[in-house]
Amino acid sequence: MSDLAGYFPDASIMAGRIDALLLALTLVSVLVVGGIMAVIVWFAFRYRRGSPAARGPAPSRSRTLEVVWITVPLVVFLIIFVWAAMLYLELRSPPADALAINVVAKQWMWKVQHPGGQREINELHVPVGRPIKLVMTSQDVIHSLFVPAFRVKQDVLPGRYTTLWFEPSREGEYPLLCAEFCGTDHSGMTGRVVVMAPQDYDQWLERNPGAGTLAQQGEVVYRRHGCSGCHGESATVHAPGLAGIYGRRASLEDGGTVMVDEGYIRDSILRPASEVVAGYPPIMPSYQGQLDEEEILALVAYIRSLADREEAAP
Amino acid sequence: MSTIAAAPEPSYIDVSYTLRSWLTTHDHKRIGLLYVVSITFFFFIAAVAAAIMRVELLTPAGDLLEADTYNKLFTVHGVVMVWFFLIPSIPATFGNFLLPLMIGARDVAFPRLNLASWYVYSLGGLFVIITLIAGGVDTGWTFYTPYTTMFSNTHVVAAICGVFIVGFSSIFTGLNFIVTVHRMRAPGLNWFRLPLFVWAQYATSLVMVLATPVLAMTLALVAIERILQVGIFDPALGGDPLLFQHLFWFYSHPAVYIMVLPAMGVVSEVIACFARRPVFGYRFMVYSLLGIAVVGFTVWGHHMFVSGQSMYAGMVFSLLSFLVAVPSSIKVFNWTATLYRGSVSFEAPMLYALGFIALFMMGGITGIWLAALAADVHLTDTYFVVAHFHYIMVGAAVMAYFSAIHFWWPKITGRLYPESWARLAAIVMFIGFNLAFFPQYIAGFLGMPRRYHAYPPEYEVLNILSSAGAAVLAVAYVLPLIYLGWSLLRGPRAGSSPWGATGLEWETTSPPPRDNFRRPPRVDGPPYAYDTERGHGP
Repeated sequence: MSDLAGYFPDASIMAGRIDALLLALTLVSVLVVGGIMAVIVWFAFRYRRGSPAARGPAPSRSRTLEVVWITVPLVVFLIIFVWAAMLYLELRSPPADALAINVVAKQWMWKVQHPGGQREINELHVPVGRPIKLVMTSQDVIHSLFVPAFRVKQDVLPGRYTTLWFEPSREGEYPLLCAEFCGTDHSGMTGRVVVMAPQDYDQWLERNPGAGTLAQQGEVVYRRHGCSGCHGESATVHAPGLAGIYGRRASLEDGGTVMVDEGYIRDSILRPASEVVAGYPPIMPSYQGQLDEEEILALVAYIRSLADREEAAP
Repeated sequence: MSTIAAAPEPSYIDVSYTLRSWLTTHDHKRIGLLYVVSITFFFFIAAVAAAIMRVELLTPAGDLLEADTYNKLFTVHGVVMVWFFLIPSIPATFGNFLLPLMIGARDVAFPRLNLASWYVYSLGGLFVIITLIAGGVDTGWTFYTPYTTMFSNTHVVAAICGVFIVGFSSIFTGLNFIVTVHRMRAPGLNWFRLPLFVWAQYATSLVMVLATPVLAMTLALVAIERILQVGIFDPALGGDPLLFQHLFWFYSHPAVYIMVLPAMGVVSEVIACFARRPVFGYRFMVYSLLGIAVVGFTVWGHHMFVSGQSMYAGMVFSLLSFLVAVPSSIKVFNWTATLYRGSVSFEAPMLYALGFIALFMMGGITGIWLAALAADVHLTDTYFVVAHFHYIMVGAAVMAYFSAIHFWWPKITGRLYPESWARLAAIVMFIGFNLAFFPQYIAGFLGMPRRYHAYPPEYEVLNILSSAGAAVLAVAYVLPLIYLGWSLLRGPRAGSSPWGATGLEWETTSPPPRDNFRRPPRVDGPPYAYDTERGHGP
């Protein structure tokens, strides 16, 4: 089913497996609908009024038949359910080594931040053969990032991060669409994914440098907003240090724990009074309205880089 | 037989011809007809919106309309078709007209409430017309937040008021039907002697009464957030946009069953009559109606597999969605088995009913695709979904609505219509529908998103086919207006039971008198007592 009519390529490692599911669904549908229609037409013809077919007393119910036609669809449905659910689990579970790229959606464009600091709009350059994880948020309404050639789609919400991953398997350019109605120019909120050979991708990265890596850009934001005044090593305020926190579980004041990921860091910057880490007073002011989504993502990248530095140290 | 010839009792139509007598009537039959007029009016408003969209989509570029205009058109099409046509279509018209007749009652339990429901419907409709005149609304019929609450610059609150209000007419109708079926059945008419149409109305009424209040609350919250800027759904105000989707689909998924359960009831009556056989597996048909109504409340999250909902919630909703497909398949098998050893004839109502089964199967089986998680990730929010729900809600439900119109037309009006014209319309409708919507399955499969004013040129051929089908469909929808209009004025008299159908509604005159029956009927056996051997009714 790949390259259907020339414009439905399968360009990710999952696409072929999802196509297999779609093909199975097509076959089941044709068989079931075709089969029942054939029976209806046959009955309607054979037992048309005035036909010589023997009528005789027909059962008005049959327990055997009823059990059969409850059980058979149920079994078929359960097989499809399990197959589709297992694929879905994979679609929703990005590999740990995936290259994380940030996407900020707004009416009506896609803004992309690469970890190396490169930025682009309505285009997404990625290397072939490497899992890519998109960390996405919206500045306004709900959007949905859809790449038909990869058979993936994920809504992009304001106020939280959603993720989407894929591993491109074929070089080329593929449409990137918005699939959730988002206002006037919804149908114009389109772009392209450019899948490149690794060496071409490296060259592309070099040709389009940002102002430092994303983490470095985040450090600039960090200093500009005076975060180090409390979170820095020499700070006198009792605030948690940020090195090494990313990817760990933190204990909360209310007794629970939370995974320190992109979403938690974002919430801690914008709504610091909720989910306070145990042992620290809730004194941090909210930065709601002072930082835009791209700055927050840069800050997340910076804090994440602190964790990486910690791991790199002996 | 009385030896004194009683003066024939006037039919419900002949009781009085004044407009006032119609607008103040408590007669369930007249209220049903008031609804017919109203929903037909709204049907054509929404159909015109669809027609303009199909013209725009003839070319990939958005060259006929402004993007905002296109967005308003699909919103109006959805809002009006769903709440002002499909939800009331069969229950408020045929349900109102037939339910008391089928159970041998003189009227519904609360005739004044019944009339009130039509006025409430009309008030809701007035808000929709005000919305349209003021400039429309562009949120899509799903009113997703925060777009609807914070970003749309159109007349959202007026539209929401209309939908909020019209919901109460559903609640009134549902409440009325539930009480009527419980309290007003004729002597001898126990629960398992009820025609399946009555069971279908009953199951539908349960859904109406239980689900609609949730919609009303949700829309009220949307209006509150939009007007007062209280954070409920908008994350910028501390709200949660997924909360809206959960609440909305908690109503709007069961709402699909409000549209399709009554259609199943109609088709069961029609198939039995024109196959001259009792409906196969009557009890399983009842249980599956109730099963669909109940399990249908637990599957709303299948609209949200890519919304950011937890993936484990997604798996539970997927499994439940597969389960709700089982009773639907039972119904298809049982209708098929009803034809076996029948004496099948193909008058217009039967053609529409057979068309229903075909389209319902195609819409239902593609529901399986969308319940399958990984397939849904690719297909959701594309034209595949558009095709899927149009097969169920337009293909199936509207075919059944037309089947009902043709089947009970002689009872309602006392006149016959030209059979060959009616058969022609049924066939044209089936062809036009498939031509309009089957290409949309393919477009969606290939990745064309829905609600696109302009679209990539790869999809042009499919869209041209779809627009051509829409034109054929339009002819099929106008044809019945012509020949049924003719029948109203010139059609030959029908007699009380032109199809040889069973059921209490056929035992009274056509059109029935004000109080339905001259003598209160008694029931002493199961429904569908057809005599297959002789190929006619009792």
